[in-house]
Amino acid sequence: MDELLGEFLMETAESLGEVDVELVNLEQNPNDHDLLASIFRIVHTIKGTCGFIGLARLETLAHAGENVLGKFRDRELEVTPEAITVVLASIDRIKMILAHIEETESEPEGEDTDLIAQLNQIAEGRMPSGVASPAGETEPAEEMSEAEMEMAAAMEAEPEPEPEPEPEPVAEAGTGEIGTRPGEVSLDELDRIFQEADGPEAAAAAEADTAPQSEPEPEAPSQLPAAPAQVPATTNKAPVPAEDEKRSKETAISNQTIRVNVELLENLMTMVSELVLTRNQLLQLSRSEELDIERFTVPLQRLSQVTTELQEGVMKTRMQPIGNAWSKLPRIIRDLSIELGKKIELQMYGADTELDRQILELIKDPLTHMVRNSADHGLEMPDARRAAGKSETGHVVLNAYHEGGHIIVEISDDGAGIDPARIKEKAIQKGLTTESEAAQMSDQQILQFIFKAGFSTAEQVTAVSGRGVGMDVVRTNIEKIGGTIDLKATVGKGSSFKIKIPLTLAIVSALIVETAGERYAIPQLSVLELVRTGEGSEHKIEEIQGTPIMRLRERLLPLISLRSHLDLEGGDMEDIESFVVVTQVGPYQFGILVDRVFDTEEIVVKPVAPILRELTVFSGNTILGDGAVIMILDPNGIAAETGEILVPQDKFKDEEAQRVDTDDITSLLLFRSGEGGPKAVPLSLVARIEMIDLTKVETSEGRPLIQYRGELMPLVPCVGARDLEREGGRPALVFTEGRRSMGMVVDEILDIVEESINIGMEASAPGMMGSSIINGEATDVIDAGFYLTKAFGDWFRTQNLPAPDQNGRKSRKKLLLVDDSAFFRNLMTPFLSSAGYQVTAVDSAAAAMELHDQGRDFDAIVTDIEMPNMDGFELARRITTNSRWKKTPIVALTSRTNASDIEKGHEVGFYDYIEKLDRDSLLERLPEMTS
Amino acid sequence: MSTEVMTREASGQEIDQMDHNVRAVMDGGHGTTQLVTVKVGPQLFGIPVLDIEDIIGPQNVTFIPRSSPVIQGALNLRGRIVTAIDMRRRLGLPELTEEKNRMNVVVERNGDLYSLVVDEVGEVLTLEDHAREAHPPTMRSSVRDVSTGIHRLDGHLMVVLDVGKILEF
Repeated sequence: MDELLGEFLMETAESLGEVDVELVNLEQNPNDHDLLASIFRIVHTIKGTCGFIGLARLETLAHAGENVLGKFRDRELEVTPEAITVVLASIDRIKMILAHIEETESEPEGEDTDLIAQLNQIAEGRMPSGVASPAGETEPAEEMSEAEMEMAAAMEAEPEPEPEPEPEPVAEAGTGEIGTRPGEVSLDELDRIFQEADGPEAAAAAEADTAPQSEPEPEAPSQLPAAPAQVPATTNKAPVPAEDEKRSKETAISNQTIRVNVELLENLMTMVSELVLTRNQLLQLSRSEELDIERFTVPLQRLSQVTTELQEGVMKTRMQPIGNAWSKLPRIIRDLSIELGKKIELQMYGADTELDRQILELIKDPLTHMVRNSADHGLEMPDARRAAGKSETGHVVLNAYHEGGHIIVEISDDGAGIDPARIKEKAIQKGLTTESEAAQMSDQQILQFIFKAGFSTAEQVTAVSGRGVGMDVVRTNIEKIGGTIDLKATVGKGSSFKIKIPLTLAIVSALIVETAGERYAIPQLSVLELVRTGEGSEHKIEEIQGTPIMRLRERLLPLISLRSHLDLEGGDMEDIESFVVVTQVGPYQFGILVDRVFDTEEIVVKPVAPILRELTVFSGNTILGDGAVIMILDPNGIAAETGEILVPQDKFKDEEAQRVDTDDITSLLLFRSGEGGPKAVPLSLVARIEMIDLTKVETSEGRPLIQYRGELMPLVPCVGARDLEREGGRPALVFTEGRRSMGMVVDEILDIVEESINIGMEASAPGMMGSSIINGEATDVIDAGFYLTKAFGDWFRTQNLPAPDQNGRKSRKKLLLVDDSAFFRNLMTPFLSSAGYQVTAVDSAAAAMELHDQGRDFDAIVTDIEMPNMDGFELARRITTNSRWKKTPIVALTSRTNASDIEKGHEVGFYDYIEKLDRDSLLERLPEMTS
Repeated sequence: MSTEVMTREASGQEIDQMDHNVRAVMDGGHGTTQLVTVKVGPQLFGIPVLDIEDIIGPQNVTFIPRSSPVIQGALNLRGRIVTAIDMRRRLGLPELTEEKNRMNVVVERNGDLYSLVVDEVGEVLTLEDHAREAHPPTMRSSVRDVSTGIHRLDGHLMVVLDVGKILEF
């Protein structure tokens, strides 16, 4: 049965029971105003609810009853037994209709004109005496057709046994389809009753001798006397078999459920939680103690089992279908569609999926908010949808289901999706990120901005949404209950939110770990997997610039040492940090390094004392089976504190994300040098690889040199490399600039691979650009430019290039380098500086324009073409059309060198167009440009 | 395990002792306050009996990383978690040098339990409120801030602690 209807029936049955009693009391104390008010309220509520769930017949009847009661209450009418009788009769009729609804989920056919007429007459004050006499009663009755009258009379007189059959013999045939069930009166019998139960008289009799007081006549059906006076007696309470049936029907729903104060349930739950803890404690004792407890084993097991069942039972009492949280949504969507002029269809699946009522309460508002968002922000206007080739009606779909101890709720729409470009723009505009940061982000990361405080994408703030207090609150609320929220969106196709929440909050499963001799609990919900590291394990902890990481299935997993995060010392140093608890928080994955892992245990989360609340690394504390208090770690809190080292997992998975950092796949030379993992350098920078005979290495001014192709070539060791031996051979990477060459001595050449450089972690040491995953390994990428400077030092500058002036550094020409790629900035900046220019490097065209606005001037601008947001062409256009820099020559530096681009470049005012790696040409052209 | 059993006995005795004392002085009448005397370092302090939930012996205390040094940790009192406050640190007194079984004076604040970890628990005294004197101005502020006054006892002074203030830090 429909949840709403079921609830209505239950509530109404309860209320009607009260009304019955109260009406009778009222009759005795006609001036009890409170009583009247209470009755009025109940009937009023019934009326209102009926209207709401579309039970028209009930509503009309209840309305008429309410009218009369209203007048009683307002003292416009005197409370007379006659009037009460009619009201009671209406209540009975309502019960009859309800019984039918309970059975068939629809109202019985027919009308209640008789009762309504009587009630109206009472309300008009015409009836008090009229009711008492049969004559008065005939008046309204005569207004009805005979069939109606007969039916109505029968219904009134005999409301309970079987609502359906009354109309059947005389009125519409359609209603007669309900057959006779065992224990019910047969149609024939009813027929007979109808024949004998004369409407007006029945009513009159009923009034004379109020219905509830009449005694049931056990054998009434078969012995119906002809005397009308007796008819109400039999019919009011119905024949015995029918009465039993009716009783059971009437109370079928109301008897199955009782209402219990929520607080009582909460207390029960707490007690059960404590019981579970105590049980765990006992079980632990029974395992560990050497006491003779044989005799306790069986009762202990029994206790354990009963406790488990009790726990499950009590948990069930708190379970409610998620549909309860959705019940308001159809209405909201309907109102929204009118307000916004959109056509929206709401589809709900899995409404009967149950979850803890506490959680239900907590996700109700977030869900409502998200559905509003989908309808408001997500779905397009009908004409836009038509233009996009979609049906005019937009769909918002809610889907709930169980998945491995969690509830998944999906909210999706087939609207316009979320455009990362717009999000990015907005995020920058709101100051949530900078353009350069945003440029490094994958679409998935950018979408995460909608969960940030102060972010709202609606172009216009509507009454519905767009006030910027939305998704951040949603996320906070969901994370508060240990849940996660995930967003997927495809432009033009729609967006989909996936919420993962635990079934219950009261008892959670937690992994017990140990670090530095202290135990901690980590909620199982956020644990993805456990990985053993250290001796004999395939997973090794590596360090990149002091940050521990681990490679896990082609991904770099940042690690957080619990020991250092919690400032702990001591404990068993042998197994120190030998387990990694792989944890997921939102889009982030990271590993928590712990010394030992014990078991999972069911724990009752208790909040920490207020004086500890500022410790965000803990979400609470609990008492373990052995009686010890332990702290529960909050992965959200840990992640928040260490946010900067975390890289969203998508960065490693998402192909698009990989394209963010570098435009193309680069050929990389992999080599080994000194300690640590492999190192890489872009192959395009390496002129040759030579085997160097170390015995031939000479030293000049403390620098190692070797004769190479008739010149002296400086040798530099790679960062972290050991000192050069004086014998044997070592490979060297030869970098050539102009006529000059430099050799970087390495230990071993490994491979040449085609990979995109995706700097996952920024470098801290000079000579490194950072680390990236290459061939599945964490690899340091060498900054070749650094070594060039190192090798050639100052004399590179003075000898090699026509450094513009002889007056020294002060007259160095100023260059502005615009490139979104950190790689090229890092490569070009030292290179150009070493060539005698004063280089200012910025990561975007916008940043370049900022410098313009700040009044900075340059002798030349070297810019990349392909950049996010504002590309090189646009930058050149802006500079050449209307700016102070109009006369400053601009060189485009790009990997894109097809004819049409070059032409376009000249159009927008590029001085020259140089291939990115052709640095010789650049150095040749710069002097003439800047002179 | 054995220590815990001992602990329980000790605490039971303590409570009995206290109850006895409390009963003995219940007739103290109006205008008096019953105080449990405790020692923290060399100083005698009084804690109002009505603030005290329980007095228990030494317990296994779970260290709470990154919490204030004043917080000694958390302990389990019959299924309830109690946050233990090191009173020496709270009052700015020197650390305990020798090994000592310290006592937990458990108090309740807004539904949460806290233990004031003291060196010794003494007796219950019923003292006239009007005999309570203001702090001497020379008293250290770390002590003055958490007390409501002092009582002159035979030969020494007792500082009356304000449990609410102790828990504000």
